[in-house]
Amino acid sequence: MHDLYREIILDHAENGRNWGLLEPNDFDHEEHNPLCGDTLHLTLRIDDEGIIREVGWDGSGCAISQASASMLGERLVGMPLKDAMQIDKQEVLDEIGIPLTINRVKCALLALKVLVVGGMGKREWERIEDEEEDDS
Amino acid sequence: MIDHPDYGYDIAAVRADFPILRQNHHDNVPLIYLDNAASSQKPLQVIESIEQYYKGYNANVHRGIHKLSEEATSAYEGVRKKIRKFINAGSRREVIYTRGTTEGINLVANTWGREFLKPGDVILSTVMEHHANIVPWQILSAQIGTKVMYVPILPNGTLDMDAYERLLRDEPVKLVAVAHVSNVLGTVNPVEDMVKKAHEAGAKILIDAAQSAPHMPLDVQAIDADFLTFSSHKMIGPTGIGVLYGKRDLLEEMPPWMGGGDMISTVTLQGSTWNDLPYKFEAGTPSIAEAIGFGAAIDYLSNLGMETIHAQEQRITAYLLERMSEVPGITVFGPEADQKGAVAAFVVDGAHAHDVAQLLDAEGVAVRAGHHCAMPLHTELGVSATSRASFYLYNTYDEVDILIEALYKVQKTLR
Ligand SMILES: Cc1ncc(COP(=O)(O)O)c(C=O)c1O
Repeated sequence: MHDLYREIILDHAENGRNWGLLEPNDFDHEEHNPLCGDTLHLTLRIDDEGIIREVGWDGSGCAISQASASMLGERLVGMPLKDAMQIDKQEVLDEIGIPLTINRVKCALLALKVLVVGGMGKREWERIEDEEEDDS
Repeated sequence: MIDHPDYGYDIAAVRADFPILRQNHHDNVPLIYLDNAASSQKPLQVIESIEQYYKGYNANVHRGIHKLSEEATSAYEGVRKKIRKFINAGSRREVIYTRGTTEGINLVANTWGREFLKPGDVILSTVMEHHANIVPWQILSAQIGTKVMYVPILPNGTLDMDAYERLLRDEPVKLVAVAHVSNVLGTVNPVEDMVKKAHEAGAKILIDAAQSAPHMPLDVQAIDADFLTFSSHKMIGPTGIGVLYGKRDLLEEMPPWMGGGDMISTVTLQGSTWNDLPYKFEAGTPSIAEAIGFGAAIDYLSNLGMETIHAQEQRITAYLLERMSEVPGITVFGPEADQKGAVAAFVVDGAHAHDVAQLLDAEGVAVRAGHHCAMPLHTELGVSATSRASFYLYNTYDEVDILIEALYKVQKTLR
């Protein structure tokens, strides 16, 4: 079990960092993982320079999706929103740090999906999701 | 008799891959399978891929977290990527699994058609279509008040392109629905030109590729098709699986057709939202084993090369037509070999197609007799039924010769 669910994942999942929606906010988006019903809701406060100052998550779902939201949220604080849109999906998967199979990747990337779809739309997310997939 | 050119591949090795071809049709009469336009035979590679799935990793896709489901999902989605490549779609999201060509056309009628067509709009089909590309449009028209019109054919069995342009110009055509290759005449329609003209007239176009995808390279982006659909079972894959390709912008705008599992994003008692492409159109547990088998079929065809297969079929078609022309009292419908797929629908003077097929069967030759799901075309040709010999990659020149000999025998018997 411990190989699969590293301590840090369980910790993030149980004690989600930056949990609780922000009101008012400058960014507000929610996404679902249709395969298993996980939901994540992200709110951000962004300053005049476009830098993310506060992150507020809410949601429910598996340890992987909730932990990846918590981990991603920590990275976002202090980051310009436009840089956040460029976060590499592989980095997010690497941070989870356990092998993920095809159905679980969706859980691990749900947090990034909320951010990208909310910031740049569904098409951009689908482009990212499909990267490197087509030549396999 | 002419010297047979090479096949372009090891024909004996190919035939050895298809177990059914080794059997006798009757005692001491080998099987000559010439009903490929109806359905093709399957190689061991396809059969075994299905067996491996059921024996080794059978599970539902997309939902499970266990290893079997992950393996099944990887294989099932891997085939989607193979199909994308096979038809050069821009994205795997444009590749929608269906049960086959028929379902693909009905999907477009029931989603795009219902959403975007208005009473009085014209759906332009052709007289050479399979019923699958006529009846769904008639049903839709009865329901929403559109009108189906048909491009006529010329005496040589090609589409009347002047009439096509005239209809596009004079009628409020919103959709053209045309076969790439006719399943009776074998006519290869000039789809790239037809697409261009449809688009200039502000119409979308759906291409029924049931008889082209198995036999020639397809590039949906070069054709610029809005929709294109085909069936696995005609291209050495299993029954129960096929593909609808659609341009992404169109698919995004279209409402779903069937509702159920896998196609939703969220469901409440008040309403639901739809999953991303392509899953929006794939409700319920899909044909998983069949998709995996289809993947093996695509590998097989790709390994031989669609160009190679097409070149060989053109050679065997030329040989077939030449040999049939030697037999007096036989009329073959459709254009010359260079405009034709490997299909010959014919009538024997003084004999009904069913009797011809029955007698050919006694000689081990499996052909099809009837209207081949193209009754309007047969009415146009002025015959109630034809016999049809259709070829594929495993057929040989010797089999053409056996067909010709058998036809002579049929003539003797029925005279
Ligand atoms: C030209 C054409 N369109 C459509 C179909 C229907 O294909 P399916 O029965 O696989 O849906 C066929 C096959 O008979 C065909 O030849």
